[in-house]
Amino acid sequence: MSDTRILEQPGTATATSDRVTQTTSGGLSAAFRKRIPSQAHAFILEVDFQAMPGFTILFGASGAGKTTLLDCIAGIVTPDSGRIAVGERLLFDHPRVNVPIAKRRVGYVFQSLALFPHLSVEENVAYSLAGLRREERVAGATAMLQAFRIAHLAQRKARDISGGESQRTALARTLVTDPDVLLLDEPLAALDAPTKAKIIDDLREWNRAHGIPILYVTHSREEVFALGERVVVLDAGRIVAQGTPHDVMSAPLQETVAQLAGFENIFDAVVESVHPERGTMVCKIMANPVAAPGASAPVILETPLVRGGVGAALRVGIRAGDILLATSPPVGLSARNVLPGRITSLEQRDVIVTAHVNCRVDMEVHLTLAARDSLELQAGHEVWLVIKTHSCHLMQG
Amino acid sequence: MSIDWQAFRLTLELAVIVSAALFVIGLPVAYWIAFSRWRWKFLIEAVVALPIVLPPTVLGFYVLVALGSRSLIGRWWISLTGHTLAFTFSGLVIGSILYSLPFAVQPFAASFASVDRKLIAASSTLGASAFRTFYRVIAPLSVPGLVTGAALSFAHTMGEFGVVLMVGGNIPGVTRTVSIDIYDRVQASDYAGANQTALLLLILCFALLAIVYGFNRRPWAISPLK
Repeated sequence: MSDTRILEQPGTATATSDRVTQTTSGGLSAAFRKRIPSQAHAFILEVDFQAMPGFTILFGASGAGKTTLLDCIAGIVTPDSGRIAVGERLLFDHPRVNVPIAKRRVGYVFQSLALFPHLSVEENVAYSLAGLRREERVAGATAMLQAFRIAHLAQRKARDISGGESQRTALARTLVTDPDVLLLDEPLAALDAPTKAKIIDDLREWNRAHGIPILYVTHSREEVFALGERVVVLDAGRIVAQGTPHDVMSAPLQETVAQLAGFENIFDAVVESVHPERGTMVCKIMANPVAAPGASAPVILETPLVRGGVGAALRVGIRAGDILLATSPPVGLSARNVLPGRITSLEQRDVIVTAHVNCRVDMEVHLTLAARDSLELQAGHEVWLVIKTHSCHLMQG
Repeated sequence: MSIDWQAFRLTLELAVIVSAALFVIGLPVAYWIAFSRWRWKFLIEAVVALPIVLPPTVLGFYVLVALGSRSLIGRWWISLTGHTLAFTFSGLVIGSILYSLPFAVQPFAASFASVDRKLIAASSTLGASAFRTFYRVIAPLSVPGLVTGAALSFAHTMGEFGVVLMVGGNIPGVTRTVSIDIYDRVQASDYAGANQTALLLLILCFALLAIVYGFNRRPWAISPLK
């Protein structure tokens, strides 16, 4: 069953077979279940996936179970059932095998980095080299300090270095162990983009020689596209999609993924006409029989041009924050889509007001408190929704 | 000066031996309390904390019974050394260790437990054994707690009275400590002598605690200077 879920990555397969001298072999396969009791309701993490050598992005909202998943692979949390293996080497196989953390050869860079604050940068990096002779230890640590450009910080205490330097130290400390798998729990979340890009480059360079699976956790859409060769989407403890970032994020196959990607409004649509000269096309969305009983006329939307001719079935995603709301018919607009409708509900969440508007389909719109108050919006009011062409995101149907 | 220097030397000797022994015994006990997941752990914690609330005479009474010639330990000790443990310096050491146990174990355990669990997990993922994690990460980050525990057990032993009286009696040069000397003087209406001895003990204990708290005000202490 798990075999069918492997998504081959061209280019990484050869990297694996070339590595005859390495102690590791191949990918990480994990299929396990962990129930985490809590007072409100138990959280259940149930996953089945494989990560081939190279970057695999683990994407999901906070609370989706990403860190717990990494903790299970590292051995910090023990699953209730299942199996975790790297290549042929079993790390966990309920109930017979449960390799201790220290013997798993799983590198783990925590979200908090967990540098030893009382030790110097060099002592942190050399921490795992205790079994070696002194010269080897110094040589190993020095090589890693240089590879991650922190040799000049060697004698500084870990508590006294900057955020970016800490991230580099944490990576170097983990990679010097020559792990079979690398787990990165949003280790670069706090960094600015250029610093992050440099560290990622160094990491890619390192992995060119080592070819191990790197599981990289993030909740940032940008990082998924920037890093990913492959992405696994986790939602409420379950894997809801996996594939290339483009497949998963640009053309969400499931509404959960789309919602993670930020589309509150998702509709099935059919291409009505294409206008290559304007770079647009017109799609029609079938009226929702619940929202508009008896209505037969479809909702017409102008959208950006994508592949697929007239009659192609697509899905349209529109972010609730991208929609403008007007209390009288707007004129003189650049936006091409103006949909008349009626507010069915208004609900305040923190500083955002969520309005549902029946414009023959149900459309969710996000407003500020000030906008609601100055327009004196109430349920039942007649409104006009304004949607820019390029706010309509097309996905494969 | 009518200070009984013999009692002072004896008390210092007792305090040094007891706090050293408590350091050795306290570390594993505190480690277990801080990290064990045993569901009945709280029972052991309660036992360790007992000497804080128990009247010293109660503790002293049971120690006396346990060390006496009718108990297993007492008989074993007699067969080993030829005399009983009660009313000896060795008996005093055993009673004092039990009496000061929580003053060492509780600061140790509190500082172990406050070490970031992620640091401990990180040490394990880097291949370190539990023992190596302890002496490279947990212990160095717990130095303020270790110092506090050692100093408190030392100071507490210096000042103990009830257990000493029950277990050791009042034998000059063997079991007569400073606090018993003070009591004796008051009983004999030697208020001037009692005052001198008491003042010296007060100053000593204050100096010790001042040094400990001053030491722990370093930036890496548990609650640093703000």
